[in-house]
Amino acid sequence: MLSRVADRIFWMSRQMERAENMARILGVTSNLVLLDTGKLQEQNLLAPLSITETEAAYRERHDKLALPALIEFMALDEKNPCSIYSCLKWARENAHAVRWLITSEMWETLNATWLEMRAIPRSRVTGAGATAFFDWVKERSHLFRGVTYGTIVRGEAFNFSRLGTFLERADNTARILDVKYHILLPSVEDVGGALDYYQWAALLRSVSAFETYRQLYRDQIFPIKVAHLLILERRMPRSLAACFDQVKEAMARIRGQKDEPAKRLAYELHARLSYADVEEVFQGGLHEFLTTVLTDIGELGSRVQRAYLGAV
Amino acid sequence: MKRRHYDEMHGADGDVRAHFRALADWLAETPAERVAEKRREADLLFHRVGITFAVYGDDAGAERLIPFDTIPRVIPKAEWDAIVKGLRQRVTALNRFLHDVYHEQEILKAGVVPAEQVLTNEAYQVSMLGLDLPNRIYSHVSGVDLVRHEDGTYYVLEDNLRTPSGVSYMLENRKMMMRLFPELFARQHVHPVEHYPGLLLETLRAAAPPAVRDPVVAVLTPGQHNSAYFEHAFLAQQMGVELVEGGDLFVKEGFLHMRTTSGPQRVDVIYRRIDDAFLDPLAFRADSLLGVPGLLSVYRAGNVALANAIGTGVADDKSTYPYVPEMIRFYLGEEPLLQNVPTWQCKRPQDLELVLDKLHELVVKEVQGSGGYGMLIGPAAKKAEIEAFRARIKANPANYIAQPTLSLSTCPTFVEQGLAPRHVDLRPYVLSGKVMELVPGGLTRVALREGSLVVNSSQGGGTKDTWVVD
Repeated sequence: MLSRVADRIFWMSRQMERAENMARILGVTSNLVLLDTGKLQEQNLLAPLSITETEAAYRERHDKLALPALIEFMALDEKNPCSIYSCLKWARENAHAVRWLITSEMWETLNATWLEMRAIPRSRVTGAGATAFFDWVKERSHLFRGVTYGTIVRGEAFNFSRLGTFLERADNTARILDVKYHILLPSVEDVGGALDYYQWAALLRSVSAFETYRQLYRDQIFPIKVAHLLILERRMPRSLAACFDQVKEAMARIRGQKDEPAKRLAYELHARLSYADVEEVFQGGLHEFLTTVLTDIGELGSRVQRAYLGAV
Repeated sequence: MKRRHYDEMHGADGDVRAHFRALADWLAETPAERVAEKRREADLLFHRVGITFAVYGDDAGAERLIPFDTIPRVIPKAEWDAIVKGLRQRVTALNRFLHDVYHEQEILKAGVVPAEQVLTNEAYQVSMLGLDLPNRIYSHVSGVDLVRHEDGTYYVLEDNLRTPSGVSYMLENRKMMMRLFPELFARQHVHPVEHYPGLLLETLRAAAPPAVRDPVVAVLTPGQHNSAYFEHAFLAQQMGVELVEGGDLFVKEGFLHMRTTSGPQRVDVIYRRIDDAFLDPLAFRADSLLGVPGLLSVYRAGNVALANAIGTGVADDKSTYPYVPEMIRFYLGEEPLLQNVPTWQCKRPQDLELVLDKLHELVVKEVQGSGGYGMLIGPAAKKAEIEAFRARIKANPANYIAQPTLSLSTCPTFVEQGLAPRHVDLRPYVLSGKVMELVPGGLTRVALREGSLVVNSSQGGGTKDTWVVD
């Protein structure tokens, strides 16, 4: 497969997954902000900006930290490269460049999504229609992934699409967990203590894991179990371990030249997430663990870029 | 003064012609609202599928649809067969001409075409001299524009031998018609055109360097911001080959390669949709970012094929056009089956005098112009426009040719007021490989403005499905 084409497919899939994750984060943030009026308010509003490392850019454009402005910035701002608007735009733009290679259903899904996005009134998204908008983004992402899985030939296009999707998802899950953990548990000693049920429930809901938690643990919500679920539970499709099952699978199928550095790191990360023990992770510091994982995911992205996709 | 013109659907007596009968009956039986509803559906589908033409700027919203008219243009099989014979003859002669002017130049020596006309032409490429091409084919894909005069005779308006476009609309229009009006296809047998991409791939593979056993073909596009990008992508997809940009290709050890995820891969045939001047910055325009440095040397070594070949423009140039009937006689010893439009060459003093005298009646074109730009349609032009054009012709006569204003046939077309006759032309696509192939049909372009004779999409033209029926 042409390197340029693989690059477009990889990023097309990442952008769509990113749009979905952004919608999840914003959806949960909106709920938390409505539930809570206390001191956590500001922390909750800051979380999406911390996760995407865009607080400075936000402050440049908005004086106050408030929900409508945050949604405007994270969902609709054309100048914010992490906004849902930008993600959908670039997903579609990348698809446009490779539409001859992806299936027409895939292209039509992304093109229709973008056309609809452009037609949605801004006031609706920042107002009462926010939840419906976030649901719509998630649905479009589900649709795209399903259409891709159901229509595309099993070859390099499929492999790079899967690689992009799950690398992005792993990155997002790690970031969400890290930011929330950071805010809620400033010190390791607090682990397992009585904490705001809503905060943890919201975290679980943001990755569609609330019901899964109940099913798997049949227990109250404890941070260590939440961490286990989101990091190591490979039956949970948004956990880091599950994402890396997919990353490894995709990497194993890709036939490259001089791609050992990329494959080595992917397999190493997979092994680390397969055999880690959650108690040990907590002892060593959850934040430290996640930071290392995030750094390695970033490095893996660079190595994939170098090995297959051409110079950046 | 109202001009006479040939009506594709109705005979002189006002009766519907036999080959339009089935369509006319269907139109009469089908409620207007249903047809209108289907037209809206077509618009929506085209938009959704992203079948767009025109400028694709930074704002994705700048994409425009090429207007699609739901009333097909119908051609009876016997008439089509005659067109095909004429096209085969014409394109054969044009390929012979191209081989000749880059080899022995017999036609120039015989004085049939003036040597200076060919050798000083901007599109004549010295780098092609003496280069032997597989099957001696230069124009692998030719789009010959035909129009009908008031008596119904087909005339060749121009031969497009460089990178003729529009075939994707022929295919998409058919797909759309079958989707919108399946019952129409049940009523009569319409000859299929869907096998065009397969024929194109065969043609391209036949152009490969003879030593290559299983040639790798790629479509070379200027990129996704090019106005015809949809078509480049569409054809690559339909043929199942790579769509490459200049940056994906490089020359190494005398061969052309693509950069792939598993290392370099050799390419044997390039169906290029970029102009000669941009193909190789080392050989042509140094500022071109679209091409591949060193491509020409690989081509000259016979290690890659280009379709169409470099330098075909010398044969489809408007100043060469008047000589095509003579070429047919010279190379094939046959009388031309398809007529040329009578053409005056302003570089000839006696022609120039006549043209300047009759500017208000004639169509004047730049010899290198295309896309409907840089032309004067005398009967439709204002006095001031005519005078401005007169000055330009006088300043550089050799740059202009003139033709009588053809009436162009009309075909019923949906416009705001309902069904109305609009002028059409026809572009069939001729594929030349080991054998010559055409699909029964082509692209019918329609001038949507009342009375307009300009069918180019860049000038507000639309397209129709083209049916060849038994």
